[in-house]
Amino acid sequence: MRRSAVKEPEAGGQTATWTSAEQELYTALYREMTRIRRFEEAIQSLFLKGEVYGTTHLYSGQEAVAVGVSSVLERQDRVAGTYRGHGHALALGMGTQELLDEMLGRATGINGGRGGSMNVTSLRHRYMGSYGIVGGSIAAATGAALALRREGGVAVAYFGDGATNQAYFFECLNFAHVFKLPVLFVCENNLYMEYTLTTAVSGGDIQSRAASLGVRAEGVDGMRVWDVREAAARAAQRARAGEGPTLIEAHTYRFVGHSRSDPARYRPDGELGAWRERDPLVLCRARLEADGVDGEMLDALEAEVADELAAAEVAGLAAPWPDTAGLPGEFAEQTKPDRAGAPSRLAEQPQRNEGGAR
Amino acid sequence: MSVIELRTAIRDALDEELARDERVVFFGEDVAVAGGVFAATPGLHERHGDARVFDTPISELAMAGAAYGAAVCGMRPVLEIMFGDFLPLAMDSLLNQASKFHFLDGERGCPLVIRCVVGAGGRFGAIHSQMPVAWFHGITGIKLVAPSNPADAKGLLRAAIQDENPVLFFEHKRLYSLKGEVGDELVPLGKAAVVREGADVTIVSAMKGVHDSLAAAELLADQGVEAEVIDLCTIRPFDVETVLASVRKTSRIVVVEEGPLTGGWAGEVLARVTEHALGELDDAWRIATADGPVPYSPPLEDAFLPGPQRIATEILERR
Repeated sequence: MRRSAVKEPEAGGQTATWTSAEQELYTALYREMTRIRRFEEAIQSLFLKGEVYGTTHLYSGQEAVAVGVSSVLERQDRVAGTYRGHGHALALGMGTQELLDEMLGRATGINGGRGGSMNVTSLRHRYMGSYGIVGGSIAAATGAALALRREGGVAVAYFGDGATNQAYFFECLNFAHVFKLPVLFVCENNLYMEYTLTTAVSGGDIQSRAASLGVRAEGVDGMRVWDVREAAARAAQRARAGEGPTLIEAHTYRFVGHSRSDPARYRPDGELGAWRERDPLVLCRARLEADGVDGEMLDALEAEVADELAAAEVAGLAAPWPDTAGLPGEFAEQTKPDRAGAPSRLAEQPQRNEGGAR
Repeated sequence: MSVIELRTAIRDALDEELARDERVVFFGEDVAVAGGVFAATPGLHERHGDARVFDTPISELAMAGAAYGAAVCGMRPVLEIMFGDFLPLAMDSLLNQASKFHFLDGERGCPLVIRCVVGAGGRFGAIHSQMPVAWFHGITGIKLVAPSNPADAKGLLRAAIQDENPVLFFEHKRLYSLKGEVGDELVPLGKAAVVREGADVTIVSAMKGVHDSLAAAELLADQGVEAEVIDLCTIRPFDVETVLASVRKTSRIVVVEEGPLTGGWAGEVLARVTEHALGELDDAWRIATADGPVPYSPPLEDAFLPGPQRIATEILERR
């Protein structure tokens, strides 16, 4: 194992006990992580059947990061995700059906089938977008923070370890520091930038880079949703208090290749298996059960999520295809209401949060 | 001659140039150990070593700037920018330094090549399917090379690496698996190829569009119309003489471009032809993509791309 090595057995090592409110919260977060995992499995299966096209970058293994971070976000906050963004979007309460339909290229998709896996956008879910350019999310969230800070909002940028070698990373962290912008820079360090081990092409370490730019940095076990949530809560509190940005380096792992075409041959023997023992779903369920949450109830919850995905798949495959007549014109109409993302307007809109993660 | 895929032709060209000239280096993201995410460069790292073929961080700004600096100081770098959609990250050095060096120095050039994967049809969505040619078309001092087949891919890439100027080399993702005979000849930059002869209409295109145009020509032949198809091969500088010679024969020209109609290179081809041969033209127009991003959904993307049927239909309707 490299860097974030496997730690002691999780559930057994816990001493603190969750309150009943916390049990309820983490049960909801467990459900949300399960929904993301089942969603990604459905995508994988549909891709193999030729129903999802192009390529996909699955979030399996990293669920605790987006779910933990999203659990501290408020209505006025905004999130910039990556091309590995299904989990980023779902964790904000995006519906299973509307995201699945987008992957299937259907008119009923969240972006009408225009976007696809790497280009999901939905401001009504507080989701600025899945940024297809490595590092693009970092800049997007930096700008979002400029717009949000007056109203106490924070912006979240998800990005991978590889993105910390992009100019975007250095320029935006410095920029956010200089203007004390309320940004959570959430680096999902899954060890690999596409097919290459990130440490093989990087100097120093990610937290030191942030610290050298004046940005407070902390590392967190990205497989433990409660650790991620607590780190995100600290960072969000600082941001809302006007104390500026924080970098959270979440040590995590993707259980699949970089994309559909990647067999992940670069992994050393045993690495995937070792990380699978720290599957964020397994750790969360073990912790819940250790705290006395009823296992049968969790079984039922898992079955519900599986049913939800199965139903969504049937409905999605029956959904209508988009028509070129429905494509937006080249330019937005001047008379349309402001969709630029002004927080005061968006805050008035109903927020869906089907996963119950907040 | 051997029959190989276009991706193999790319690798062979790199292999031969790395072996021929020790000043040549090749670098990019996932190109060395992994052999490229489109499997275009396997084996080069093993054969030529860490110093000549290497993986970089995801740092396009550094990659392009370093390629410029190395080129000016005696190397002949070949850089892979994985998807052409990422070229804007590398644009500053290319536009503000590499393309100006020869003008400022007055003598020497800046011999670097940037390869990238381009084009729609792969269901990759709006930010991994674009055709970046037009973004760079207005920059003086950079050659824009766009092969349509394995033989040209190899011959043009070798010529690009031997060229003294910055070259952007576009590889259409829908052509990587195309097979064809490949020899050892260099294919000169700036020279178009007449890939089908005909007397009734001239179709000018590049990359995937050449194949669509040839398929359209077959549809037209069934209707008694003989189309001449020209593969530009190099889009800047383009071979205006070959196009003019064809138009003088056919008096009608359509330029097929994968890329937005407005501001595309097809407009430049028509402008040159019009300036030189207005009196000999009966018709001149463009077939390009809509002025909008590439959609993801299959029916939307298929409708977005100009295909053989549309090309043939427009030619018949405008007779």
